Amino acid sequence: MSILEIKNVSIRYNQSEVVKDVSFTINSGDFVGLAGPNGAGKTTLVKAILGLVPITSGSVELFGETKEKFSSWSKIGYLPQKSSTINVLFPATVNEVVMLGLLSQKTWFKKIIKNDQFKINAILQDLGIVNLKKRMFSELSGGQQQKVLLARALVSSPEVLIFDEPSTALDPESRESFFQLLERLNKKNGIAIILITHDTGYIGKYANKLLYIDKNLIYFGKFSEFCESEKMKSYFGKYEQHLICHQHD
Amino acid sequence: MDLLNFLQYTFIQKAFLAGAFVAIVCSVLGLFLVLRKMSLIGDGLSHVSFGAIALGLFFGVYPFCIAIPVVILASILILKISERAKVYGDAAIGIVSAVGISGGIILASLSKGFNVDLFSYLFGNILAISITEVILSIVLSVVVLVVIYFFYWDLFSATFDEEYAKTTGIKTNFINIILTVLTALTVVLSVKMVGIMLVSALLILPAVTALQIAKGFKAAMIIGALVSLISVIFGITLSFFLDLPTGATIVIINALFLMFTFLYKRI
Repeated sequence: MSILEIKNVSIRYNQSEVVKDVSFTINSGDFVGLAGPNGAGKTTLVKAILGLVPITSGSVELFGETKEKFSSWSKIGYLPQKSSTINVLFPATVNEVVMLGLLSQKTWFKKIIKNDQFKINAILQDLGIVNLKKRMFSELSGGQQQKVLLARALVSSPEVLIFDEPSTALDPESRESFFQLLERLNKKNGIAIILITHDTGYIGKYANKLLYIDKNLIYFGKFSEFCESEKMKSYFGKYEQHLICHQHD
Repeated sequence: MDLLNFLQYTFIQKAFLAGAFVAIVCSVLGLFLVLRKMSLIGDGLSHVSFGAIALGLFFGVYPFCIAIPVVILASILILKISERAKVYGDAAIGIVSAVGISGGIILASLSKGFNVDLFSYLFGNILAISITEVILSIVLSVVVLVVIYFFYWDLFSATFDEEYAKTTGIKTNFINIILTVLTALTVVLSVKMVGIMLVSALLILPAVTALQIAKGFKAAMIIGALVSLISVIFGITLSFFLDLPTGATIVIINALFLMFTFLYKRI
């Protein structure tokens, strides 16, 4: 089943084109690594999917509906680039931050019900951070904050998770367990994952598809096929293709 | 004069009643404004209210009847200028504020008849508040608090992480309009109490004080409301017994609370 369908999407900021004529389809159960050099338009593309950035031309369909008509935001979990837009002075508890992930399921005059707290407790338990529930978000370490934001993304039981460089705040050990968790969510729970990362070593290890953009779409398909593709070898050169295909142990 | 006699004065009772409501509204709303780096919008809108009150006095209309719609329009204008004209929020506040106060000065110089009335709004006088103003303060305060209650989670989410809030379907532009309109109403309400010059202090000081010590957002709301309420009650009482200007006394007590929380945090 198609979760996300991008057709000929172009995005322009001022006079420069940031994303040019990109098309691809993501199906349920996919684990897609989104890679590309700095300024390639990765974050912009993801923000366009989420409706945060307007597209200049083309179309975005989410779960079979055009972006303009789409309203089932609880089907999408989003973990932005590390705390980039979060108000660090805000005195929010972990419980309150995770609660924000449930607002997508509510309509006008959002009322918190007993079942919401049950869901929050369950997800905090699942991620092993139930002990942080009453702590202030701003007082947590970078790694702990990232886990809380992951809980916020997961609490609405989404069908697709979108991550923008989620592992930058994590130490190598936490990074590995973070990716193992993503693998579990993808394989056991069937959640589709779109992951922006510069570390293609993790894409090779955990994702089954690679989406490589450099303003234009360069490659979209199975990771293993990318590594064997002569076309990609001639585009990137043998050395760079090898670097992208390197997998972490 | 003893405290019991003091409490029997009708003007003191009116001042306490209106002051309590406005104090709570200012502290609750101020928390959102401070956290969204919109603290100075209160200052800008109070300057606009100076122009709007002048307009009311110029045409012989009850000043609040003009001030409420004009300040609401100005608050939306500030939002639109910063959104559409690629002007930073503080510059947009500066533009609207300067136009508002300039309009007031021109009207004052044209009329010459109402300068005393107009300048009484600069520093406010809650002890001279009328029963109509008391009722207006209570009604509008309740309206502001009810709106905040219904949009609590939208305001919370848009203040904590506006970008993420959009991805959960929250119409953040609409929430921003609600917040600025509520601020406009609150500013007009507060002008009579502390005056145009000091309105922003009522919005900023209790919120900043609460943020120093609160563990959680609801705790910050409660602490801010208590600080604001105590400051208004003590401010009115002290200013009466020591013959001091009421608005300025309220602000100084608020500032003392902030100083004490700084000291408390250091210990």
